[in-house]
Amino acid sequence: MELGLYTFGEFTTAPAADDPVPVHARLKGIVDSAVLADEAGLDFFGVGEHFRRDMTVSQPEVVLAHIAARTNRIRLGSAATVLSTQDPVRVFQQFATLDQLSDGRAEIIAGRGAFVESYPLFGYRLDDYEALFDEKIQLLLELREQPKITWPGGRFRSALEAADISPQPYQRPLPVWIAVGGTPASFARAGVLGAPLYMGFFGDPRQFVRHVALYRRAAEQAGHDPATLRTGSGGHMFIRRRSQDAREELYPYYSAYWKANGGQFAGGFPRGLYDNWVDGGLMVGSPQEVIDKIMLHHEVLGSDRYIGQYDVGNLPAAMSTETIELLATEVAPVIRRETAAEPAPEPDEVVA
Amino acid sequence: MSEPSGPIRTLGILGAGRVGATLARKAVEIGYRVLIAASGDPDAIAMMIEIIAPGAEPRLAADVIPEADAVVLAVPFAKHESLPLNRLGGKLVIDAVNYWAPSDGEIPEVAGSELGTSELIQAKLPPGTRLVKALNTVGYHELDLDARPKGAPDRKAVAVAGDDREAVRAVSHLIDDLGFDPVDAGGLANGRALEPGTSVFGTGLDAESTADYLRGNLPGAARACPLPQRGTEFELGPGLQR
Repeated sequence: MELGLYTFGEFTTAPAADDPVPVHARLKGIVDSAVLADEAGLDFFGVGEHFRRDMTVSQPEVVLAHIAARTNRIRLGSAATVLSTQDPVRVFQQFATLDQLSDGRAEIIAGRGAFVESYPLFGYRLDDYEALFDEKIQLLLELREQPKITWPGGRFRSALEAADISPQPYQRPLPVWIAVGGTPASFARAGVLGAPLYMGFFGDPRQFVRHVALYRRAAEQAGHDPATLRTGSGGHMFIRRRSQDAREELYPYYSAYWKANGGQFAGGFPRGLYDNWVDGGLMVGSPQEVIDKIMLHHEVLGSDRYIGQYDVGNLPAAMSTETIELLATEVAPVIRRETAAEPAPEPDEVVA
Repeated sequence: MSEPSGPIRTLGILGAGRVGATLARKAVEIGYRVLIAASGDPDAIAMMIEIIAPGAEPRLAADVIPEADAVVLAVPFAKHESLPLNRLGGKLVIDAVNYWAPSDGEIPEVAGSELGTSELIQAKLPPGTRLVKALNTVGYHELDLDARPKGAPDRKAVAVAGDDREAVRAVSHLIDDLGFDPVDAGGLANGRALEPGTSVFGTGLDAESTADYLRGNLPGAARACPLPQRGTEFELGPGLQR
């Protein structure tokens, strides 16, 4: 099993538009974390894509290219690319360039976006939320197969006639994951397309056992080889040597995050709810607790990569650094050992 | 298998997303007949339903309504006008709809109104439709994993608001069967106090804390709208005992 990190580069209080300093510091901090993760031997570093003033990264490819120059081994990806409001040709070219510069370490995680601010910003209609992703993901996946592409065109762009796509990536094919929230149809779509599935959530992984079964069944019916399917998962992560320290130290930041970024918790993020989440699947705790929680993802969802949002709530660098170090030194060796000898298990049979 | 404790025995669900599909499975598990529709052809969701909510029957939306004792609206606010609202006349309708700007987009109809989203939806329903706001405060994952038997110490609450008292009681039976304590929040206008960003939204409170909130905090509820005096005449708990 692979282990990694991701960040949204968020603030809990949006900085003033005319103050460059907070954004500068946050972006530099992301790069430092990625360098640390690479040195510590983690497998993946992802950067989210948002278009709001309380988020620093709208162009993950640029941030990842900078990280690529400072790292050697770690794989680099978006987490996730809001594909619905971008041109798949452009996305493919950007990640192909990143892939060349990073010696074949680039990955695209493509999703529809949980936030919708990019739709008006790039001139798309929210009413087309489903249709946009359907059309664009098909083109993106096809671009990997045809360096000179012919595409019939769709509702949102004209046809391509033997168009040369340049540059081509270093890896063949460039990895493209489909990111899903909890919508059942999204799991089915990922299966039909035969793409690896990335699940982002904070709760108990057992709630998605049936959904992963749906992904696999849809893939099988569409004729994809089950051996080519892959599932990964990720969510908020905070690790301390002592369980209680993890719980107490994160809470003020986590509460601030949900009040500022969630909206649904504008009225406050109750401690009791937080404790329920930590006792459930939230990846907060001692190394052993985090090992157990990640292993549950592996066992019930067949997840063979887990990535943690290591700085949720815009944690000070010293706080997020400790999570990264403990993940790399205490958690990763155990999980790699536990999962090394066996292929990823089939997810649990669905209990009808 | 258990069976429904109240008058709702066949549950119709409009929307087969996260909430609709999860609710369908849970309702089948507790002995309800479940008819479910997405936006189009039922065949398109047949495999999904077979795996996620086995036993629920995929239908066209228009075909869900006639046979259902109650119909759940399980779509985001941005999608509610795509539902066949004009066919719901005379029905008991459960409004699990939420408006959340980051994912619905900014909708002036809501932002510019003093009314709650349930009242905005009610205005679009035919006369005689009995609308009850419920189940909007629980996430699909909570619906799935937090259900507890009656009397369990960690049982959570679901607030129910509606002007038709008989309809509120019927929905309360459904909530109870689903494994949550129903708490009467009064009339439909009080539904504003159950919207996203309020203290009962997604916070997993128990019945006592939910009732405390409803008694004490209604004036400071969602979008800081002034709430009607009706809020003071709740029937809490005892009014719902069967």
